[in-house]
Amino acid sequence: MAGVAGPATGSGAAGGDGDDSLYPIAVLIDELRNEDVQLRLNSIKKLSTIALALGVERTRTELLPFLTDTIYDEDEVLLALAEQLGNFTGLVGGPDFAHCLLPPLESLATVEETVVRDKAVESLRQISQEHTPVALEAHFVPLVKRLASGDWFTSRTSACGLFSVCYPRASIAVKGEIRQYFRSLCSDDTPMVRRAAASKLGEFAKVLELDSVKSEIVPLFTNLASDEQDSVRLLAVEACVSIAQLLSQDDIEALVMPTLRQAAEDKSWRVRYMVADKFSELQKAVGPKITLNDLIPAFQNLLKDCEAEVRAAAAHKVKELCENLPMEGRETMIMNQILPYIKELVSDTNQHVKSALASVIMGLSTILGKENTIEHLLPLFLAQLKDECPEVRLNIISNLDCVNEVIGIRQLSQSLLPAIVELAEDAKWRVRLAIIEYMPLLAGQLGVEFFDEKLNSLCMAWLVDHVYAIREAATNNLMKLVQKFGTEWAQNTIVPKVLVMANDPNYLHRMTTLFCINALSEACGQEITTKQMLPIVLKMAGDQVANVRFNVAKSLQKIGPILDTDALQEEVKPVLQKLGQDEDMDVKYFAQEAISVLALA
Amino acid sequence: MSSSSPPPPPAGAASAAISAAEKVDGFTRKSVRKAQRQKRSQGSSQFRSQCSQPELHPLPQLKDATSNEQQELFCQKLQQCCILFDFMDSVSDLKSKEIKRATLNELVEYVSTNRGVIVESAYSDIVKMISANIFRTLPPSDNPDFDPEEDEPTLEASWPHIQLVYEFFLRFLESPDFQPSIAKRYIDQKFVQQLLELFDSEDPRERDFLKTVLHRIYGKFLGLRAFIRKQINNIFLRFIYETEHFNGVAELLEILGSIINGFALPLKAEHKQFLMKVLIPMHTAKGLALFHAQLAYCVVQFLEKDTTLTEPVIRGLLKFWPKTCSQKEVMFLGEIEEILDVIEPTQFKKIEEPLFKQISKCVSSSHFQVAERALYFWNNEYILSLIEENIDKILPIMFGSLYKISKEHWNPTIVALVYNVLKTLMEMNGKLFDDLTSSYKAERQREKKKELEREELWKKLEELKLKKALEKQNSAYNMHSILSNTNDG
Repeated sequence: MAGVAGPATGSGAAGGDGDDSLYPIAVLIDELRNEDVQLRLNSIKKLSTIALALGVERTRTELLPFLTDTIYDEDEVLLALAEQLGNFTGLVGGPDFAHCLLPPLESLATVEETVVRDKAVESLRQISQEHTPVALEAHFVPLVKRLASGDWFTSRTSACGLFSVCYPRASIAVKGEIRQYFRSLCSDDTPMVRRAAASKLGEFAKVLELDSVKSEIVPLFTNLASDEQDSVRLLAVEACVSIAQLLSQDDIEALVMPTLRQAAEDKSWRVRYMVADKFSELQKAVGPKITLNDLIPAFQNLLKDCEAEVRAAAAHKVKELCENLPMEGRETMIMNQILPYIKELVSDTNQHVKSALASVIMGLSTILGKENTIEHLLPLFLAQLKDECPEVRLNIISNLDCVNEVIGIRQLSQSLLPAIVELAEDAKWRVRLAIIEYMPLLAGQLGVEFFDEKLNSLCMAWLVDHVYAIREAATNNLMKLVQKFGTEWAQNTIVPKVLVMANDPNYLHRMTTLFCINALSEACGQEITTKQMLPIVLKMAGDQVANVRFNVAKSLQKIGPILDTDALQEEVKPVLQKLGQDEDMDVKYFAQEAISVLALA
Repeated sequence: MSSSSPPPPPAGAASAAISAAEKVDGFTRKSVRKAQRQKRSQGSSQFRSQCSQPELHPLPQLKDATSNEQQELFCQKLQQCCILFDFMDSVSDLKSKEIKRATLNELVEYVSTNRGVIVESAYSDIVKMISANIFRTLPPSDNPDFDPEEDEPTLEASWPHIQLVYEFFLRFLESPDFQPSIAKRYIDQKFVQQLLELFDSEDPRERDFLKTVLHRIYGKFLGLRAFIRKQINNIFLRFIYETEHFNGVAELLEILGSIINGFALPLKAEHKQFLMKVLIPMHTAKGLALFHAQLAYCVVQFLEKDTTLTEPVIRGLLKFWPKTCSQKEVMFLGEIEEILDVIEPTQFKKIEEPLFKQISKCVSSSHFQVAERALYFWNNEYILSLIEENIDKILPIMFGSLYKISKEHWNPTIVALVYNVLKTLMEMNGKLFDDLTSSYKAERQREKKKELEREELWKKLEELKLKKALEKQNSAYNMHSILSNTNDG
């Protein structure tokens, strides 16, 4: 400390920056090492302000050494520090001095906590771009090498993320060294490092020369893909995508496919899951020919895998896979090679599998066209609409628009209705909430007549649900319906029912009336609001429950702008003034707020 | 659509079964909901390629065979037991399953009651049979957000066989005829690696067997010890920093507890590193409650071996002190008390200041269990004697919080406890206590003033920042106008 504080007392050391001497670094550093973590964290988050106060030179010579030396703190503070330093280049004097930031970031890159380390690596990657090629070789590359040969696994793990940013700008000789370091990390002793290397393999491959990809990356890939730990093997699947993108068809066949085939049949379900999860990317990377020969059979296996996790992941990809098949022969292929497996999945024993399928299956109708949809897909949709699991039904209903475009929704309406009714009364309020969200869409597709006949009563029933979130969603739903069906419809079907609830013995229902009025008034316009809604609201100002009364005040504030001046002055103002004198504090508060917002004072 | 009658809401049996309570609130108690789900067991992920198993035929009993034939028959039975059956399908291969079960039972009895039957040539078949049965990819958890504290674990379906295989494995390892020098050809690093991965099994019965098995292997195979420690290290690091999920942490820690107990002195750097870089960070895990007892035991074992580790350990715990989880905070306090129970007075002096700053925060926690746990320290005779010896240091740290809670804490039990503690401290050094009482107000005011000064400083810094930003903008603007002027010209 003393050494650091010393030079700071000499004022004017920074020459031109006259103000800086006002802030001796000792004071600032005191802030950075305050006993209270929260204050320390706040100071670190404003590190750029401190640096600005010190000026570039003292930031380099005093602040950064301090930061480098005192890296033993709570991880949260270190995380903030790692993040700040990534944007510090300007504050230390621009690109020429960017390397000054490396020492503190280097220590942060060796910390145990993953989030801190990852942030430090992110900042290092950012700063690497600001280095000149010379500075990169003089300062950055040596840092990468030091990290890559560190004793503890953390530094080697961090190094893995830095190779790809310095490789493209390094000289030939240094490039060779960098590759060498990366190779050794791929066969590191600790699985943590191998995992880090495997996860960066694809990224690194992209910046390498094609020859090196073939001669060096492919063998590394093959090794990692047959690692003894499945957590390493599964990461190789991701790298597979990037590597395949770089190679020609023949090379993919010879160098990548044997490994990929093996991964699709790995004995660990985690690896197979990864293949299923990355299927669309893999499909695009290997191209149509290999897809037809290799990936389709592999996909069929994944769809009937013994683990539900794998089947669900594969089911999610069904639509994308079909979409990405070459147009020529696509329909036949889907009908013969994919559809039979999908049919099986509709009656899978696991609900996650079924619900994954239900979330994409409707998308197939646009791909297969009207006739196939009616003949082959419709029975599946109907089966899923009757599924015992609400999530499956919900997923079907939420994707109705895809089918609507192809065959029209009427084909489904017979089965749709019972499904909707059942979901509308599901015991889980989140399910009820989800189906409400789709009501406006369904209403639009089914038409006003069908809606009035079948669904209107449901929408009204939700208004008196036990759960507030449902009542709230139901009010919003009404607003959207009015936007869709118009004010006349609102006046005839919705408004009277809503207004009747103003006399309900349950105050929660009375409040729902107010919430509905808030939501509907704008859509309904001045006339309905003034003639039908306003009298009810005003009457409720005499409610015995304070919550109702202050919601009256809030509602008046909300609908005020829609009313004309007469109504405001003659009807609203006296009521609000009376509420302004209410014995309840909250009622008074909201009444006064309404008065001032509506400028009635 | 064709029918014109309005659809009555189908009051089906399903919806009738839903209680009113559940309709009001989706958050029914988890355990209630879980109980409705039928208990499930799961098979391992291994029946992928095997379509059908060959039917087993019973072999003659070992005890009926002549001693010449016995060895041959023993190996045949071992080979027979390598065949696996699908227990998820409870009706298939019933006869064969029963034959295998009986055979396994017979094998267990054979190796435990007979001497001289574990001959060199049998090792290979024995290890092969064990590997074939127990080594498998563990299936995905049936319940993705499995909470080991509340949920019932999913049990291994093939337990009727696997249990006997573990039983057999243990009898084999514990047999007086067992020779590690021969076995090490088969029970090698790869074998141990696979064994360790099984500790992630959700089935507690399996983990219990594994614990004993690994303990025996560690005891008998000196050449594997370093490897086992390193792999456990890796599993723990992955658990802490990558997945936060591993079912067998408590079991592995239990084994480590006895391993640490046997460490020679002075401790190797490797062991100290394990303590500081693995065991201490492990305290950050979400599911600490599941293995805290075992973890604290390991930590205390280390400190009993080498007291100079006390300071770094306590500083480590302070660094990872829970910020929001009161339940964990109580556990930390428990561990600190365990450490203080064995601390040397010289070590105590080294950490008293940071430690008591934390304790002072805990004492004033608004969560009464945390406050209570911290105040219980004053019931511990040994801790009390340490505090008395260092009262000049500790009283000023503790005084502010205690004084404040004695006036403000919501919980009467805590207030009562604090009064007792204050009384004890007063008796230790009455003069200092009086001084602190009289300077309490001045102290608070000084703190407030410092707070104001800090705000002032930051305000000035912000102004400076704005000013600089403005200057920069202006100069950029000037540059821009100069440039555009020259362009115009």
